[in-house]
Amino acid sequence: MITLSEQPFDPGALLSQFTRDRTETGAVATFTGIARAEQGSTAILELEAYPGFTEAEIGRIAGQARERFGLHDLMILHRVGRIAPGEPIVFVATAAAHRRAAFEACDFLMDYLKSRAPFWKKEHGPDGERWIEPSAQDHADRERWT
Amino acid sequence: MARVLLFGPLRDLAGWREREIEGATVAELRAFLTREDADLGAALAGKGVQVAVDQAIVRGDVSVGPRSEVAFLPPMSGG
Repeated sequence: MITLSEQPFDPGALLSQFTRDRTETGAVATFTGIARAEQGSTAILELEAYPGFTEAEIGRIAGQARERFGLHDLMILHRVGRIAPGEPIVFVATAAAHRRAAFEACDFLMDYLKSRAPFWKKEHGPDGERWIEPSAQDHADRERWT
Repeated sequence: MARVLLFGPLRDLAGWREREIEGATVAELRAFLTREDADLGAALAGKGVQVAVDQAIVRGDVSVGPRSEVAFLPPMSGG
């Protein structure tokens, strides 16, 4: 399931929902990304998506993850709009028979989301606003999977 | 005529998000926008800017229909 949400979410509640009624899944891995304050330099993070296209593109890579890691299931929830420091910005959960596949699929999906998913991210702080582009490290992280 | 969408820093630079623009190809749309605003034209041709026509990424010049949605997508960053 892939969801974009303008509202804050509770990662614990999502995990409970995701793990419920599984009898063949031996492993669930999750990642929760949280908006940082950067010592006061970021008051608000603003996330823009391209409705329809963003979900479809994430769905395409989610399909790759399912196939590559033999996932039983996955969940991705990504915030859009204005996000305050301390609020979760992204939640990824993966379900597989064994832990390695679940861990790796979660890592793979996050590396994709950081530098290839159709989002645009702007920091608002005391010194004004600034668009954030993926770092060299973000690109290197994604290249590990090719 | 096509519906042109701008995202992220391109939208801030242009001062608009969505407009109907005359043009039968992506190159014609770019040319129209560049004549109107050279800075925007340069940014649209910038490194890492991708184009989607009707929500599919395209490369090079392609034709666009009267009801096409043409999006200029600067480098993406989520998470």
